[in-house]
Amino acid sequence: MDGVLGNVFDAALWATYGPRMLAGLWVTLVLVAISYSLGMVLGLLLAFARLSRWRILRCVSATYCWLMRGSPLLAQLFLLYYGLGSLREFWQDWGLWWFFRDAWYCALLAFSLNTAAYQAEIFRGSFLAIPAGQQEAAMALGLSRWARWCKVTLPQSLMVAIGPLGNELILLIKASALASLVTVYDVMGIAKLAFSRSFDFQVYLWAAVLYLLIVETLRRLLRVVERRLNRHLDSPG
Amino acid sequence: MFEQLALLSFGDGGWGLALLSGAGITLLLAVCCAPIGLPLGLLLASAERSRHRFVRTLVYGFSTVFRGLPELLTLFIVYYGFQIGAQKLLALNGWQGQVDISPFVAAMVALSLVLAAFSCEVWGAAFKVVGKGQYQAGMALGMSRSRTFFSIILPQLLRVALPGLSNNWLTLLKDTSLVSTISLVDLMRQTGLAVSTTKEPVLFYSAACAIYLLFAAVSGRAFAWAEQRYNRGYGRAG
Repeated sequence: MDGVLGNVFDAALWATYGPRMLAGLWVTLVLVAISYSLGMVLGLLLAFARLSRWRILRCVSATYCWLMRGSPLLAQLFLLYYGLGSLREFWQDWGLWWFFRDAWYCALLAFSLNTAAYQAEIFRGSFLAIPAGQQEAAMALGLSRWARWCKVTLPQSLMVAIGPLGNELILLIKASALASLVTVYDVMGIAKLAFSRSFDFQVYLWAAVLYLLIVETLRRLLRVVERRLNRHLDSPG
Repeated sequence: MFEQLALLSFGDGGWGLALLSGAGITLLLAVCCAPIGLPLGLLLASAERSRHRFVRTLVYGFSTVFRGLPELLTLFIVYYGFQIGAQKLLALNGWQGQVDISPFVAAMVALSLVLAAFSCEVWGAAFKVVGKGQYQAGMALGMSRSRTFFSIILPQLLRVALPGLSNNWLTLLKDTSLVSTISLVDLMRQTGLAVSTTKEPVLFYSAACAIYLLFAAVSGRAFAWAEQRYNRGYGRAG
């Protein structure tokens, strides 16, 4: 029994790599939180552009989403880090070299740009899900444009969007493991480092448990929030 | 400019052929995963509706794990885990030596498991749409259970599930790029090799993105066609 346990949890190994792995967890969480928020702002703008009256805005937004959603995040990340990161003189002229030199910033940018495209599609879908009658009713009540937007459209579309947005957050957390491939020491990065030094497979299992914990907690939290937002729609009793 | 484009050519000093062979591996891997992952997902979805609580818990555990883990980590766990597990098992039987698992097989297993977990969700939603009456009708006609499933239920399931499965397929295509990390020479790896030789990362990574986009566009068309075909019984008359 001791042998089996030793294969899954070795206290000495944990003493060496455990704290670093928790530090990696922090890196993962910060990276995801910032890129998800930036992606949300950009995604909202893209969704507005997609529904705008101007054709050129619609085209630009649709093309952007297609490009970002159709190619692997790994390729985008490498394009940013190795590709744009190789144009050293160019960035030095612009004073942006500190940004593209750093793998952490590159990963942050790649994740933000990628999740923005997915979130734009979610927002667009949720805006389109609001029946036209809602807008017309608000107009008939003489509400201003701003009030129509804030009090009528946004609250209802957020209710539609909250589920898919939560899923996107979970997907982004999983995707953030790719940052380890460009030398960012997130959970995955530390697991890789520990494995290459100790050749002990269990470090990957620890990482798996950490990821599963985050994802499951989020998923359950999301379900509670969704139920609360939709509580007026529940059938009585 | 033209010098750079020559790097993508198929002739001497061009990387066109290498990229093409890598793209072939990428496509082959995805095509090999689909016939394993999709039926497995269907099986899981029907097991999810089982009467036995134990079976349902098992399916729940499976889909929680494989939907929750980063695909990269799943790949590493399968690749290194199999290797180390097999080695330990053989060592118990007194066999000493190195065990090497083909990265292609490991990638196929890992991605199929992930595909099964995600498609299970899609199949499950489709099961809810196909009503109980369809089973009863099959029974009333004296069809066997398997005949009812394959002739009556499955075609209807496919019609409802196709949009979701098309998403699963596109995700799978993109996830194959991860196998470059376990030294399988797919499109991404081939691109990496080209970059390290030519020092033209922007050109080559853009080319790789373009090839993935092409795959996505072509399979999008194929799925649109399939959806149309499966929905033709539901078209409007006239």
